[in-house]
Amino acid sequence: MKIIVAIKQVPERDAQVRINSSGKWIEESGLQYALNESDAYALEEALQLKEKHNGEVIVVSAGPERVGQTIREALAKGADRAIHIDCDDLGNRDALGVARLLAAAIKPESPDLVLTGLQSEDLGLGQTGVIVAELLNLPHASLILHVEKTDTGLTVKRELEEGWFQSIELPTPAVLTIQSGGNKLRYATLMGIKRAKTKEVRRVTAAELAADSTPVVVLDQILLPHKQKSTQMLSGSPKEAAAALAEKLKFEVRVL
Amino acid sequence: MSGILVIFEPRAGRISRISWEALAAGQKLAAAQSLTITAAILGSDTESLAAEIAAKGVAVVRVDHPLLAQYTPDGFTAALHQLIQSETPTYVVLPHTYQVRDYAPALAARLGQVLISDVVDIAPGPIFTRQLMQGRLNGNYRATGTGPCLISVQAGAFRAESTEPASTPAEIKTFTPTIDAAQIRTKPGESFRGSSQSVDLGSAQLIVSVGRGIKEAENLPIVQDLATALGAELAASRPICDNGWLSMDHQVGSSGQTVSPKLYLAVGISGAIQHLVGMKGSQCIVAINKDPDAPIFEIADYGIVGDLFEVVPALTAAIKAAKN
Repeated sequence: MKIIVAIKQVPERDAQVRINSSGKWIEESGLQYALNESDAYALEEALQLKEKHNGEVIVVSAGPERVGQTIREALAKGADRAIHIDCDDLGNRDALGVARLLAAAIKPESPDLVLTGLQSEDLGLGQTGVIVAELLNLPHASLILHVEKTDTGLTVKRELEEGWFQSIELPTPAVLTIQSGGNKLRYATLMGIKRAKTKEVRRVTAAELAADSTPVVVLDQILLPHKQKSTQMLSGSPKEAAAALAEKLKFEVRVL
Repeated sequence: MSGILVIFEPRAGRISRISWEALAAGQKLAAAQSLTITAAILGSDTESLAAEIAAKGVAVVRVDHPLLAQYTPDGFTAALHQLIQSETPTYVVLPHTYQVRDYAPALAARLGQVLISDVVDIAPGPIFTRQLMQGRLNGNYRATGTGPCLISVQAGAFRAESTEPASTPAEIKTFTPTIDAAQIRTKPGESFRGSSQSVDLGSAQLIVSVGRGIKEAENLPIVQDLATALGAELAASRPICDNGWLSMDHQVGSSGQTVSPKLYLAVGISGAIQHLVGMKGSQCIVAINKDPDAPIFEIADYGIVGDLFEVVPALTAAIKAAKN
């Protein structure tokens, strides 16, 4: 089974984000980056499928130089090789523009399966995998927690709302977007980290992929959200704040 | 038509609440630009659902085909693509459900467009606001393409109450798309419940909920102690259940349970939208988090910025003292 996993590098979850001077994106200097969480689950699913059925796991990621670090982490966890779509203007492309880059890089590989996380932690669009399927004219299923290979293709477990699930059969090649929590994530081993250094990372520029980058949707401005409620912040030492909260719970919320 | 097409989605045989909210969003767009609204409902047996919408004075098109009886992304994408080409709406408004997330991005791409997903507000322009960075920031988006503009709206973002019943029901027409069985590549099975639902958070009056801030499963007892002292049910955000630290039936949020207790005390939960949709209807929300910018504080009634490992045991002690 030849599996391609599309992964994204995103600001670390706990990073303090500030709006940059353009007002259109966050200040990137000093930011720490990490592998997008649901993409980590997509990678894990791919590695487990390879362990069961053999084959190859290829990661593909679009972004500037710094994305190389996240690619190395994926290789250290066990991916066999990688494609780095070298692209400094990712933020100027809309979801279709980014999906076009990925689809152009994936197509010549003719994979049996394309996996990606269900959505990114930064933009949270949750669309890339589904659009890639459309562009590659492949069947897809989203919000997948479990993948089983069958004689004719795949049986997958799809998450529905409010604690419901559904099983779906689909032929391969196919595209799946993976929901977090289906598997336990592995850590890279020391041996894995060492091996990753010698694995192939093919760099291809956005220009070489000749994907249309004209956006049809633009992010004009980012701003801090309005507060929806007036929050009473309780300050002081942990003990003082806790005592103040207990007072509120007793006399205002009346739950004690 | 150069109007607004609102896609309705049934749930358990009725029009879902979020569909009415999508209609409310469509009405907001319509009022600003003097556009007419048409509702669309897909399926193979949608007469009564269509009547429910038409009773509100909204014209309905039933997109009717036996192959739409059960949802598939291929069937719904093909059907709506044909409907949009035939009706040429300026805007297509969808509810941001798991189903819409599964097909609408492909539908938009087939039209050469991009879905503006999970919209929380619409301002003149129109400017569509959606959340970024797990709810820490808002982004204002604008469509610059020439084709129809597709948006999906977040649950709870637009008030469905503004949909008044009409004196006479509106027109219902039928659109029959051309779909071939061979076009439908995925085969959906019946839906089923996850593991046993032994924790009924829906009826709990008091809930203490724990998130990623707890760091390790070994640390859970300090939050359990707080819940016990309060007489509250223990709940969690998704990552805690993903890690297997608490069973899935403890999960609050879009993929878990929706709760509206008298008190929701969130410990170490930053407040990603997937969590907030499951608990923002709570009467009183208390948040304890080390990050003063965590989005949970935007909807909290009371907040403590601090280290939960210090605040929670102190709170447990203070509650025990206050109860005596």
